[in-house]
Amino acid sequence: MIEAQDLWKSFGATQAVAGVSFVAQDGQITGLLGPNGAGKTTTLRMLYTLMRPDRGSVRVDGIDAAAAPVEVRRRIGVLPDARGLYKRLSARENVEYFARLHGMTAQQARHRCSELLRDLQMQSLADRRTEGFSQGERVKTAIARALVHDPRNVILDEPGNGLDVMANRLLRDVLRGLRTEGRCVLISTHIMQEVVALCDRIVIIAYGRVVADGTPEALREHSQERNLEDAFMKVIGAAALEGNA
Amino acid sequence: MKQARVVFVKECIESLRDRRVLLNALVLGPLLTPLLFLVLVHLIVGRELEKAEKPLPVVVIGQKTAPNFVEALEQQGMLALPEVSDPEAAVREQRLDLVLRILPRFADDWREGRPAQVELIYDSSRQEVRGEVERLESMIQAFSTRTGSLRLLARGIAPSVIMPVVMAGRDQATPQARGALLLGMLPYFLILTALIGGMWLAIDSTAGERERQSLEPLLVNPVDRSAVLLGKMLATAVFSMASLILGLLAFVVVGHLMPSDEPSLGLRIGSGFVSSALAVMTPLVLLIAIAQIWVASFARSFREAQTYLGLAQLLPLIPSVLMMAVPMRPRLWMAAVPLFGQQVTILRLLRGEAVDALAIGIGASVTLGAAAAIFGLTLRLFGSERVAISS
Repeated sequence: MIEAQDLWKSFGATQAVAGVSFVAQDGQITGLLGPNGAGKTTTLRMLYTLMRPDRGSVRVDGIDAAAAPVEVRRRIGVLPDARGLYKRLSARENVEYFARLHGMTAQQARHRCSELLRDLQMQSLADRRTEGFSQGERVKTAIARALVHDPRNVILDEPGNGLDVMANRLLRDVLRGLRTEGRCVLISTHIMQEVVALCDRIVIIAYGRVVADGTPEALREHSQERNLEDAFMKVIGAAALEGNA
Repeated sequence: MKQARVVFVKECIESLRDRRVLLNALVLGPLLTPLLFLVLVHLIVGRELEKAEKPLPVVVIGQKTAPNFVEALEQQGMLALPEVSDPEAAVREQRLDLVLRILPRFADDWREGRPAQVELIYDSSRQEVRGEVERLESMIQAFSTRTGSLRLLARGIAPSVIMPVVMAGRDQATPQARGALLLGMLPYFLILTALIGGMWLAIDSTAGERERQSLEPLLVNPVDRSAVLLGKMLATAVFSMASLILGLLAFVVVGHLMPSDEPSLGLRIGSGFVSSALAVMTPLVLLIAIAQIWVASFARSFREAQTYLGLAQLLPLIPSVLMMAVPMRPRLWMAAVPLFGQQVTILRLLRGEAVDALAIGIGASVTLGAAAAIFGLTLRLFGSERVAISS
């Protein structure tokens, strides 16, 4: 379970995040939905302890991220916005490196890595250097890397970016599998279809604030629009008016 | 510690697969400076030998007028070449470097005891003939002085009468001194080798990692940043050390290729020197590694880091130049200055002088202390959000 409590973060004069609160439950896929520049990535970075919030707190499985960042990092798997791989290492070596950093023995790492590469249908790529990988192959490798330590909580920043139809379908299957296993899955996206297809709960962020929070059905009802995209546009528009006022 | 080892192994594997790193750390770094050294020594020593021993060929106009004079000069090393028709034009057009003209009146003047005149025709704007001109001038001067002395003696006057002041130049720029000049560069060359050896890895594992956007995923792991930094530093130090060892071995080979008739160069590069130099350099290699990582961590891109570290390569030149410009006796405080201390110690080792353990110990502890301090600074930098976030 991931809890964000009144998170604030500014960069110079820019207020990137201004009081974001929400809870991502275990056994659910929570979608952080918002236009580009709404503060999604900054919010996630505070959740996975890369940034310290100016105000507010983050708790993962009840553990305070400010007090025990390493323990929090142990409990989350992260596909960050920056998902660079080591070009001169093979996909397997990339994943095993992170497994070893999580404290696994060489043997455990190899075993776990083979398992993941199989689940992600990457066996044929496993021992090729990642230089020259397609965007989709790179994302899959980065996802394998994020899941290598079998985390209870998974945070993925725009996981669908750059994936083709096949890879996207595979990604959704993987995320649903994680949900079935009772994990807490939190994704950020600006793509409506991704949310509709996947999420049990939607948190809409605009101008650094949460403007709506609920199930897809509840959001539709709340904004009295049949279509979720229209509902999205409506709450964002309302937030813009509010921001200007 | 275990995690530092994981980072270390990964950085090494990745670097061994990078041709640029291999070329720089294991080929260019270690070989460049010894080769440079070899070429310099051969050029300088070779030119000196050439100047001193080779006959000086000079076109002499009017040789028949003064055969004794020409013979006297030839005994001093001049080689008289046959006459040419228009020597001024030949020199102007750079077909000839230097022409000696004996005026037709020479024989008469000589017999009468009047100053007999000769002319040197040369182009003073040509730097490279200046040495030849000076050599011929001094030959003529020597002949003139000797003859003058003989004439005074013949008249019963001591030649010292016309020499109220005698000046004797004691030029210390002997081959030894020139050798020392080159030797003074050797410690810098060794440090430069270590710098080049570690540079690529230092950049690749910091600025490069940021540029490739792999630093953020790395730092999300439950790993203490000090372990990450330690692994990167040790990997950099290992490549730097490998470069240094290869460089030293290359210097051993170069030592054997030195002009054999110049024992005065005093290059004492044997296995003893290699092992002592490595011992002296090891703390410095660690300092260099962490300093390079520190500097590279400020950069946003590989290229930017390269610019910074390229400039940093000039830093160890300062003590070398200082020591050559203002020769100082080795003192204990020098040992306590990182870079400077190692250069002084290596120079003494090269000369085969005894180096006291105290100086080495002080040098090592101060250098390691500096490395630890910079490690702390770099760790703070690594902890900052500015460094961790790529975009």
